Amino acid sequence: MPTFGEFVQEKSLAEINERIRDGSARVVTAEEMPDIVDELGLAGAVREVDVVTTGTFGAMCSSGVFLNLGHSDPPIKISKALLNKVEAYGGVAAVDLFLGATQPSEDRGIEYGGAHVMEDLISGKQIEVDAYGAGTDCYPQMELETSLRLEDFNQAIMVNPRNAYQRYNAATNSADQTMHTYMGTLLPRFGNIHYSGSGVLSPLSNDPNFDYIGIGTRIFLAGAQGYVMGSGTQHNPQNNFSTLMVTGDMKKMNNRFLRAATFHKYGPSLYLGIGIPIPILNEKLAKSTAVRDRDITVPVVDYGIARRDRPSLKMVNYEDLKSGMIEINGKEVSTSSLSSFHVAREVALTLKQQVEKGEFLLSQAVEPLSRVGSSRPMKQTKESPNVGDVMSRDVVTVHEDIGVEEAARLIVSGSFDHLPVISRDGRLMGIITAWDISKAVAGGKSSRIGDIMTRRVYSVKADEPIELAARTFDTHSISAMPVVDRDNKVIGMITSNHLSRLFARRR
Amino acid sequence: MKLMLHVAPGIVRYPLIASVILETGALVNIERASIDAVSGEIVLEVPQDKCLMVKEAFERRGVKVVPLEIPVIRDENECVHCGACVSICPTGTFRFEDWRVVADSGKCIQCGACIMGCPQRALKLVLK
Repeated sequence: MPTFGEFVQEKSLAEINERIRDGSARVVTAEEMPDIVDELGLAGAVREVDVVTTGTFGAMCSSGVFLNLGHSDPPIKISKALLNKVEAYGGVAAVDLFLGATQPSEDRGIEYGGAHVMEDLISGKQIEVDAYGAGTDCYPQMELETSLRLEDFNQAIMVNPRNAYQRYNAATNSADQTMHTYMGTLLPRFGNIHYSGSGVLSPLSNDPNFDYIGIGTRIFLAGAQGYVMGSGTQHNPQNNFSTLMVTGDMKKMNNRFLRAATFHKYGPSLYLGIGIPIPILNEKLAKSTAVRDRDITVPVVDYGIARRDRPSLKMVNYEDLKSGMIEINGKEVSTSSLSSFHVAREVALTLKQQVEKGEFLLSQAVEPLSRVGSSRPMKQTKESPNVGDVMSRDVVTVHEDIGVEEAARLIVSGSFDHLPVISRDGRLMGIITAWDISKAVAGGKSSRIGDIMTRRVYSVKADEPIELAARTFDTHSISAMPVVDRDNKVIGMITSNHLSRLFARRR
Repeated sequence: MKLMLHVAPGIVRYPLIASVILETGALVNIERASIDAVSGEIVLEVPQDKCLMVKEAFERRGVKVVPLEIPVIRDENECVHCGACVSICPTGTFRFEDWRVVADSGKCIQCGACIMGCPQRALKLVLK
């Protein structure tokens, strides 16, 4: 018998495919497998089970489709194309287009995007095509309009750079405002936790060492039989964040397993069903497919910090996440999923039936997936300044017990329309603006600024990039903010003037 | 049972809820109230046994009352049972039952948080 690492190879792929063909293969889903292994042991499970089917159904933004339109008369070399007003990339030959799932439309914005065009095509709908040509001797046509259905394209080949994440960070939000993210609506002050991924059914979590899954592996892709092209972008197996690049014929896909979505104030995305049947060739594969929700851990990440390196609050597993409640800082926080376990199950069950009926054969990988990946941060050669590089340090601060008149004098003699109000130990308590003072004077009210200041004050830290300050200005329609240190002590002021000056100088 | 009150501008300043409570003795709970220059919308939770009495008392005061029997409707063809609505609902209207999302409509206060939170755009408020 050939050996497979420390385990013995007990069955061959050819034998399993033979059983699939004659309808005698024993197939279970990855949800059923852990109990089978508990009951029969690894050796027993290898004897009993031939194939374990997996499944996942969730947002897979990094997806798209190559569409070939055929040649028009006179011919056109398409430089730009709109499909239902969603732009598809035309920089590949004359009539090949790449439509990306997250591209928003020009007329309906994020409520309709590339993913929606794909769902419409698969649902048999006709789409409107506007194409603009480059105009060459061999392709003289400059512009054309046509209406197409899926069957009118020569090819519609889905090619997805990053799908089927092995597991995914759970998301929560420490900030005071609701955040609308690709992880859904995150309520303020740890109001909820969203997670994604099917846990026990996740294809890559059932074969994390790529003992079966590799280049060329046949997969269930939105109802069609597709293939693994290789590891996906940001593939990071060292940290159990492996991904797949996959391909499949969109003409054979089913809209039960391909659904367009829109994340509010974020953009369009594509929900996609992917399943991989894993042959139980040996005890090693029996062991990896016996994985349970509680064995798969992920960090809960704070999306309230709008930086690349968002802080992780704690490690949890999918059993915790699926329980509906997780404790964060002593508070019970409600969890819910963004991917659908219901449809993930349907993927695994559909695949199970297809294998049982002999409709889905397993394939030998051409090469295993890379065991080393790369998900490094971006190398940024043009450095953007931090708040500390552009802020004013000569900030005038006041205490809350000074009078309105004195505050007015300070504003007139100083260089800002805003005065940060600080406590005796220097901590930021509020802010007072020239407008607040005018309002108080006009209303004839209160002479103490503590009564009229804004207590809900936005601030930044000196080591934060100016882009964050600009976004805060924009989101809250404000024009200046105190800059504070770690102890919330005021060390400077940044205003929209600082930012516009910087922009003017760059030009 | 939840009742949605539509209050016309002319009567907004009258202590409607207080007077109805005094008249009916019903222990009502104000779950949502938004009142602006042109109209007011209030959602009340009312004990089942006094529901009709409270409804009539408001109607006599010129308030339009709509019982919220199915306040939020779901397009079953669009819903994929992901659960994005589950944790953003302030009153816990949605929950999983064997990984299908089920709704307890009686809890809905028509705040609309789930409408935009649904990636599939499968939810709609009946009265909006």
